Amino acid sequence: MNLFESITSALDCALKRDPSACVFGEDVGFGGVFRCTVGLQEKYGADRVFNTPLSEQGIAGFAIGLAVAGATPIAEMQFADYIFPAFDQIVNEAAKFRYRSGNLFDCGKLTIRAPCGAVGHGALYHSQSPEAYFAHTPGLKVVIPRGPFNAKGLLTACINDPNPCIFFEPKILYRSAIEEVPVGDYSLPLSQAEVLVEGSDITLVGWGTQVHVLREVVKLAQEKLKVNCELIDLRTILPWDEETIAKSVAKTGRLLIAHEAPLTGGFGAEIAASIQVSLITRAYY
Amino acid sequence: MLKVSSLLNIATKLKNVCSIVNMAGYRQYSQNREAVVFPGIQSHYTEEMVFSDIQNEEKMDTFRIMNLKGKVINKTMEPDLSNETLVKMYKHCIIHKHMDKIMHELQRQGRISFYMTSRGEEVLQTGSAAGFHPEDLLFGQYREAGVIFWRGFSVYDMISQCYSNNSDLLKGRNMPVHYGSKEHHFVPMSSCLGTQIPHAVGVAYANKIKNKNLCSGVYFGEGASSEGDAHAAFNFAAVLKCPVIFICRNNGYAISTPTKDQYSGDGLAARAKSYGISTIRVDGNDILAMYAATKQARELAVKKNKPYFIEALAYRLGDHSTSDDSTVYKNAEEQEYWLVQGDPIPRFRKYLQDKGLWDDKTEESFNKEAKKEVLTAFKKADKQLKPNPNFMFTDVYKEMPERLQNQHQDWRKHILENADKYPLANHDQF
Repeated sequence: MNLFESITSALDCALKRDPSACVFGEDVGFGGVFRCTVGLQEKYGADRVFNTPLSEQGIAGFAIGLAVAGATPIAEMQFADYIFPAFDQIVNEAAKFRYRSGNLFDCGKLTIRAPCGAVGHGALYHSQSPEAYFAHTPGLKVVIPRGPFNAKGLLTACINDPNPCIFFEPKILYRSAIEEVPVGDYSLPLSQAEVLVEGSDITLVGWGTQVHVLREVVKLAQEKLKVNCELIDLRTILPWDEETIAKSVAKTGRLLIAHEAPLTGGFGAEIAASIQVSLITRAYY
Repeated sequence: MLKVSSLLNIATKLKNVCSIVNMAGYRQYSQNREAVVFPGIQSHYTEEMVFSDIQNEEKMDTFRIMNLKGKVINKTMEPDLSNETLVKMYKHCIIHKHMDKIMHELQRQGRISFYMTSRGEEVLQTGSAAGFHPEDLLFGQYREAGVIFWRGFSVYDMISQCYSNNSDLLKGRNMPVHYGSKEHHFVPMSSCLGTQIPHAVGVAYANKIKNKNLCSGVYFGEGASSEGDAHAAFNFAAVLKCPVIFICRNNGYAISTPTKDQYSGDGLAARAKSYGISTIRVDGNDILAMYAATKQARELAVKKNKPYFIEALAYRLGDHSTSDDSTVYKNAEEQEYWLVQGDPIPRFRKYLQDKGLWDDKTEESFNKEAKKEVLTAFKKADKQLKPNPNFMFTDVYKEMPERLQNQHQDWRKHILENADKYPLANHDQF
């Protein structure tokens, strides 16, 4: 499967195992502009897989309501660039629902999917990587997969997780690579980074598309500089796995973070600052 | 995909249909009119160039059952409420009024940080609340104490929330009057305006696909109706056919902003109707009308799986909140008119008196009783400790993530090392 097919497969499994699961968003009914929901409406009916009016804040607010009522909403934002009308619903409502209601109510069954990142022809409004905005919001989980196998496992984990999750899908990867992906149900742990290449001289951290860029860096650094890199895919941006990175940096003594988003206030800054603090104050050696 | 040939076919069929259209009595057509063929549009062609304007159309009526003197105008419309229920409704309004008065004073004394009274909107809240099924999940904005009170959330529960004491179900995390309770099927309020409206639509959709035979209900002000969330919610509810009742409390003001600076057109009712929602405008000071309209809307919403909209008119007799002084922006004559003519509680009382269910003596004794109930609850709430400070860190996620655990431990360590600098004795545990 390639990545968009693995997303469809994850949605298919969710709709099959959970009769209250619903998949909806703009143009979702006919299969979605990235074809991630192809065939699902035919299979599960128009009550469970459907188009919504064109309003991101409406989609998010409506989805929160479904989750509050105990259903499992899986909402699609057509592009991460257009998630901002839903920012208030996500940040002030979804993220704070459990907290503000003293754990009496929650919308933990909510999952929001959104294609993110640059593909080369999307210009400024079809290319953004907005994960850092959401990373500043306690109560949310933010996840970005690097490939088809991870995409299905992590999306399934988001759907099953009892907290609201935002799942950003790097859209350049939708059709770029094929991996072996189980047809059946499986999930991968959230908030767990994965060490992809072990090394001793420097730790490289990335997520989504940047993992592939960093794989090339690992090779180049070895060939041209004789530098032995350790490569880590962060996978979950919030709450993030500080321990795996800190342990790696304790070993290599150097850290390089690559993300596609703007530099200032990017999530890389959070990692850089936190790892320095944690190596000084917490015992990871 | 509809082919061009079939479109032409439909067009030919519709072309010669004779339609006499009476648009609010303004224009009559007697000739054959050609139908417009366009997806999602039902219309006829005209050769008159007319810009449609709500000013030229008949304004929506306002439904009432009793007049200002508490007399039922059309007996067939009088709801079938038992004497016991009617008296209970009245008592709720009276207790609510006393609670507001006392809580307002407590805020002035500095015992609570903030308060919002419902003065003028008590019967709107009680009447509509009584029209719902007790398990219909309701969402409020902030001026809905009477709704949750009707469902059994006690005066003590409310005062505890305002005090943020350790009896506050919400663990001291919200400003006063943001009530909520799972047991009473009432979702705790957010301070963000209008955000709750699409939530109620989502709940309604879930109820529909689970065949629960429940509807959801959502209250909001005419000011919040200007938020994008409101428009999205109305549209989603109509398009996705959700059994939800929208109750817009049009009380004339959004803090200081009068309705003329809030909307143009024929109020919120006309707007809701244009989304394709069955809509009624109701005299929100008439408790019988509020009850009857909500009950009917509720039954139809569940039966037909579609949304209903009630624009309830009830002038805000009080200030927006304790942080507000409405004499600065309200016209004194207008306020005086509503105090004399528009106070909904005396109007309800007249109705009960005519039925022989209430008199001056019961009024006097119950006022005393109501005041006592509120003061007793206040005294009890006032003695409670503040919530456990660790609640600052819990319920952010279902389980506390590792980094938050670390932050929590660092914070605890700091507090314990500096315990003399913090009012820990006022709090429950640590």
